[in-house]
Amino acid sequence: MSDFLWLIPLCPALGFLVNGLIGRKLSKRAVSAVACGVVLLSFLLSVAAVAQLAAMPAGERVMENRALTWIPRVDSGGGPPGLALDWLYVLDPLSAVMILVVTGVGFLIHVYSIGYMWEEQGYWRYFTYLNLFMAMMLTLVLGGSFAVMFVGWEGVGLCSYLLIGYYHTRTDCADAGRKAFITNRIGDLAFVAGTLTLFALFGTLEFRPILAAVASGEGPYWVLAAVGLALFVGACGKSAQIPLYVWLPDAMAGPTPVSALIHAATMVTAGVYMVCRLAPLYLAAPVALTVVAIVGAATALFAATIGIAQNDIKKVLAYSTVSQLGYMFVAAGVGAFGAAVFHLTTHAFFKALLFLGSGAVIHALHHEQDMMKMGGLKAKLPVTHAVFLCGWAAIAGVPLTSGFFSKDEILWKSFLWSPLLWASAAATAVITAFYMTRLMGLTFWGRSRMDHHAEAHVHEVPGVMKWPLIILAALALLGGFLSVPPALGGDLMPFTLEGWLHPVFTPATYAASGHHGAHGGDAGHAGEEHGGHHGAAAEYGLMLLASTLAVLTMWLGWRLYDRHPEKAAAWKERFAGIHGVLKNKYWVDELYDAVVIRSFYSLCRAAHVLDVRVVDGVVHLVRNVTVGTSYLSVFWDTWVVDGLVNLTGRTVRAGSGVLRRLQTGLAQSYASAMVLGLFLLICVYMYMS
Amino acid sequence: MVPTSHLLVFSLALFIVGLAGVLTRRNAIIVLMGIELMMNSANINFIAFSRQLGDLAGQVFSVFTIVVAAGEVAVGLAIIIALYRNKDTINIDEINIMKG
Repeated sequence: MSDFLWLIPLCPALGFLVNGLIGRKLSKRAVSAVACGVVLLSFLLSVAAVAQLAAMPAGERVMENRALTWIPRVDSGGGPPGLALDWLYVLDPLSAVMILVVTGVGFLIHVYSIGYMWEEQGYWRYFTYLNLFMAMMLTLVLGGSFAVMFVGWEGVGLCSYLLIGYYHTRTDCADAGRKAFITNRIGDLAFVAGTLTLFALFGTLEFRPILAAVASGEGPYWVLAAVGLALFVGACGKSAQIPLYVWLPDAMAGPTPVSALIHAATMVTAGVYMVCRLAPLYLAAPVALTVVAIVGAATALFAATIGIAQNDIKKVLAYSTVSQLGYMFVAAGVGAFGAAVFHLTTHAFFKALLFLGSGAVIHALHHEQDMMKMGGLKAKLPVTHAVFLCGWAAIAGVPLTSGFFSKDEILWKSFLWSPLLWASAAATAVITAFYMTRLMGLTFWGRSRMDHHAEAHVHEVPGVMKWPLIILAALALLGGFLSVPPALGGDLMPFTLEGWLHPVFTPATYAASGHHGAHGGDAGHAGEEHGGHHGAAAEYGLMLLASTLAVLTMWLGWRLYDRHPEKAAAWKERFAGIHGVLKNKYWVDELYDAVVIRSFYSLCRAAHVLDVRVVDGVVHLVRNVTVGTSYLSVFWDTWVVDGLVNLTGRTVRAGSGVLRRLQTGLAQSYASAMVLGLFLLICVYMYMS
Repeated sequence: MVPTSHLLVFSLALFIVGLAGVLTRRNAIIVLMGIELMMNSANINFIAFSRQLGDLAGQVFSVFTIVVAAGEVAVGLAIIIALYRNKDTINIDEINIMKG
């Protein structure tokens, strides 16, 4: 029974329709009930579907649901195969994880939004977009072919655009929305190019046949590598990797729950999801995978350093998100797709928590986002502070929190691939711990830097916002136990995410195409065996090193920002140069402005000149020639054609003027003429005879 | 016996008198009378040749022509009366309604 899969995205789509069509007339309570209800329903359906999936034997966990025929197959009569598309939903372990995260975290954020957005204009519009986003995101992760996935892919991009520009009367929000949309288009172009190349190669857009073909060694190596890179460029746009990450920090202009849902927990992870979904393709083209790893590592480190010097609480979290997404790509790039999805999941928990927590702070301070105007909020917002502590511990990687397990998994796998990559990732982890501690220090600890008027109005969040925070905090702390690494006794656990996901990332699963119990020369598995062989000692050592470094950094940050803020200021002075570079985000926006946007404008201007001078010139020339010839034509018509006609008329009139005289109407003149004629006839007759 | 040529000259003279009347007089009735004269000159011709050739067919023709002339005069006079009623004149120079 897999034919109810289509209901999962349909529920939020219905909510979107109801709120979109009649939401304006409904009360705020009704709007919230519809919006949250459909997402909850979708979550329950997802749980039911995943439960069914889990009941299947490990190697065969696939549920397919061809909901509709989209483009029917047409017999091409021996030609190349035509495009045939079904509206195909597929649930396998990977999409199972994704739909649970999307609907679960999504539901919590919907509930939180009720409290956060209560006072805002266009309350119904917000929930309409949010429901549409859920429908599109679920289509994206459940889509069983590139085409269905692309519908979701573009749909979430649209919702992202709409929600970033939610405060559409503010220019910066509208600009940020456009920036996100246009940057994503660049990535999507590459995505479409990759998709179409795959179609040209394999004649289908569905994942399983393509992956089966790739897994059994079909397809030229370099083409597959190029496809992998093109799709990765698409992932870069969606998941904010170098060089297309610039939109994500600006996307913080949207409402904070949107930042939590779309720009931290779900949509931005679509790129990671896609790379993991196509694991066999990337394993068949390791060059592309290497690029993924390097870009991911570079983005992680780069964004983390920017995060150190930002003063806007949401900007810090935004760069942190970019950095953590880089982490996931590192994991995917070294072939540890399970670790990537694991980190995606834990990141969804703790980053949603951090964003919602920052939303609580911003809400409490009446839309103040500058951390320099906060401080000492621990006493005033105890619950927010407590949940923020959980998120902080998780993202910094304090042992036994969710971030610790997932990050450690990635660090270990990257160490196996290359110690250099490990060094970069570990440095990122340390910097992450530092800037998150700085954020905590500036926001919650130390002395208050608020003005007294604002301070008097600070209030703890209402219950509807508090409970999602608490649940997410619990998930952020405990989510790591979803996948305990073998070195820490994961083999003893009844369930690990790694083991659950393993068949999805194993080419042999696809190559066997349904044959039960296919084991063999299985690259992913072999890699793991190899990793396990390296000795647990190294893994323990690295784990200890990374954790110690993180905790030390946290302690240092705490000393700096809680106990001795003047030292932090002094450090800032001493490294003013570097601080300036980081504060200005390496001037990447300015660089893009100078290189891309200005040259684009110049191109536009050149095109304009071309248009005015050449195209318009040709058009005017044609016009002038036409007018000139028409003058000639008029002359010919007037003088020659009309002249001939008039000449005929005049000739006839002149001739008739002469002949008219003969008809006098007098009978006698006619008689005279008759006599004269008779006389002449007689004369002729006589002369002839 | 009067030679046929005399009769022919007489008939010619009569015809010319009639023709002159038709062509020159302004009174429509006199024009009609001229036409009668020209017809009678034709009758004289018929009878002259009938006598010379001893054939009665010419005399039959002339009687026939007199009958036709009587009808013709009746029609002609009727036209003149109609003209007079419409135009108050029978001066042929003033009647040019045949002009298109």
